[in-house]
Amino acid sequence: MDLIANLSLGFGVAFTPINLMYAFIGCLLGTLIGVLPGIGPLATIAMLLPATYALPPVSALIMLAGIYYGAQYGGSTTAILVNLPGESSSVVTVIDGYQMARQGRAGPALAAAGLGSFFAGCVGTLVLAAFAVPLTEVAFKFGPAEYFSLMVLGLVGAVVLASGSLLKAVGMILLGLLLGLVGTDVNSGVARFSFDIPELTDGIGFIVIAMGVFGYGEIISNLGKHESEREVFTADVKGLLPNKEDFKRMVPAVLRGTTLGSVLGILPGGGAVMAAFAAYTIEKKTKLQSGEVPFGKGNIRGVAAPEAANNAASQTSFIPLLTLGIPPNAVMALMVGAMTIHNIQPGPQVMTSNPELFWGLIASMWIGNAMLIVLNLPLIGIWIKLLSVPYRWLFPAIVLFCAIGVYSTNNNTFDIWMVAIFGVIGYLFIKLGAEPAPLLLGFILGPMMEENLRRALLLSRGDWSVFVTRGLSASLLAVAVLLLVVVLLPSIKKKREEAFVED
Amino acid sequence: MNIKSQKDFFSGLMFMAVGIAFAWGATTYKVGDGARMGPGYFPLMLGILLAILGGVITFKAMVVATEDGEKIGSWAWKPLFFIIAANLVFGLMLGGLPSIHFPAFGLIVAIYALTFIAALAGEEFKFKEVLVLATVLAIMSYAAFILLLKLQFPVWPAFITG
Repeated sequence: MDLIANLSLGFGVAFTPINLMYAFIGCLLGTLIGVLPGIGPLATIAMLLPATYALPPVSALIMLAGIYYGAQYGGSTTAILVNLPGESSSVVTVIDGYQMARQGRAGPALAAAGLGSFFAGCVGTLVLAAFAVPLTEVAFKFGPAEYFSLMVLGLVGAVVLASGSLLKAVGMILLGLLLGLVGTDVNSGVARFSFDIPELTDGIGFIVIAMGVFGYGEIISNLGKHESEREVFTADVKGLLPNKEDFKRMVPAVLRGTTLGSVLGILPGGGAVMAAFAAYTIEKKTKLQSGEVPFGKGNIRGVAAPEAANNAASQTSFIPLLTLGIPPNAVMALMVGAMTIHNIQPGPQVMTSNPELFWGLIASMWIGNAMLIVLNLPLIGIWIKLLSVPYRWLFPAIVLFCAIGVYSTNNNTFDIWMVAIFGVIGYLFIKLGAEPAPLLLGFILGPMMEENLRRALLLSRGDWSVFVTRGLSASLLAVAVLLLVVVLLPSIKKKREEAFVED
Repeated sequence: MNIKSQKDFFSGLMFMAVGIAFAWGATTYKVGDGARMGPGYFPLMLGILLAILGGVITFKAMVVATEDGEKIGSWAWKPLFFIIAANLVFGLMLGGLPSIHFPAFGLIVAIYALTFIAALAGEEFKFKEVLVLATVLAIMSYAAFILLLKLQFPVWPAFITG
């Protein structure tokens, strides 16, 4: 019963009044920023990171977990109420969620999303706790060749799930990998691509990139649209809780979504989006009961299932991060950055060297989920009010928080100049239709990939076949190739394009 | 030859340019070989890959037809300018710029400057409204970042605090 012992250790750490308070503050802030239209979870987390700097590592991680869940929930709220998916995984929530909101059933839609997510989060936490230990043992069998192949798999996954053109997504990843190499090379001590600027020898800060590209880029592009295109929906919300009928339909949908999400989330490469899409497709395939609203017209199952799936998946996507130290998607990449700031190098060693932190974090994820229910269901009214705040008041505030956040990471104005550059680059990406999320993932993985490639080739004396002669590495690469082939198959390619048409 | 997809055409050009720049930069470092990779090896490889990929994307953009030509559309110059300017002025006011002997004005002045310049990016600009917004933001930021989180910021102008 290691599992129970471990979890109770975790809850012991997380259930102190002070940590509960941090979880609460994190959820509150995360939701608060996350519901603002046009700000996805990525920008939210980047913006709120500085708020955790002053805290001890465990509390900081707990608060971050709270921010993460809050931001995600906030994203679903905007998806349902404003028809604006804050991130790709809530793209499908928009379809039925917004229709429900238009019919005055925003309350049940939000409650379905919240309750579904909570249930999925609980299951996801258990899966995470159960799989973490055996997977960590696998992790110790990983040599540099395996790590490299796994990262290739993760990046291929990110490409497959990017919403636009496949080629452009590959380009963004390569660009990210290259940007990640700026700074001092750990092996030779050579400062690469730093143009003799001392601040650049430490590399480009990932917060600078995240805020510039996701924060400023989005704001500029939002302001470029006319008022009418970002019309905020402010119909009355009548009745909060789903009725009996709703519950009857929700429950099986949530169960299916959770199962699917837990499985798909473990795969590197951003399982949350895939899970949400798959869950919605499955719901659509099942037969409509009599008197049920068709999909696309405000069916509650169309909200509950994908929300449950994406929450379960975002929970289980912590598995590759915590056991192998490899972030499976851009949000997790941001979490790696956050952990590094607190002097924690995610990976298999965390569990053995720092069990309180590891299990505390897992417990705090559950607390974060629970906190969301406590916080959000009663406060839905307030979040809706927040949505009616005019954009002309919001965006100067967002610009300010970005600027302050960037400055506070190093207390150096150099980062402010850098974020301006990346703001322009981010806007350019949006105009060119190049999705920036894969770039951030590549950016975090760049140095790791180089290091593992170097070690693998050093051990094999420059023989590239090492990646296919070692069984584990070969099978990881095979999965990556398989994924690519599957996506490039004409029939699936068409389906994929249909699925992303909502973007 | 016409461009079938404007977005892809220019993305391809961008990837090519960046790829070539990185690859060229990488050759100024020691490249080495597989068994003994120098600091230039990995960036050179990635740079070449990116340049090739950019070429493919550009080529495809000229050959494969799209429905609407995937135009880039008009640039939002006004928001672009004012948002970036607001950010730059904020940095200038907050930390000063010793190289041109520009003194630091501290957080509060910087917040007012940022809010006013950023607000110019919007469709309407009401002086009174922006003034209220800036004041609210200044008070909130002071409470949250200075009092609560105790972040180290220069708060007031350097010539007042000494």
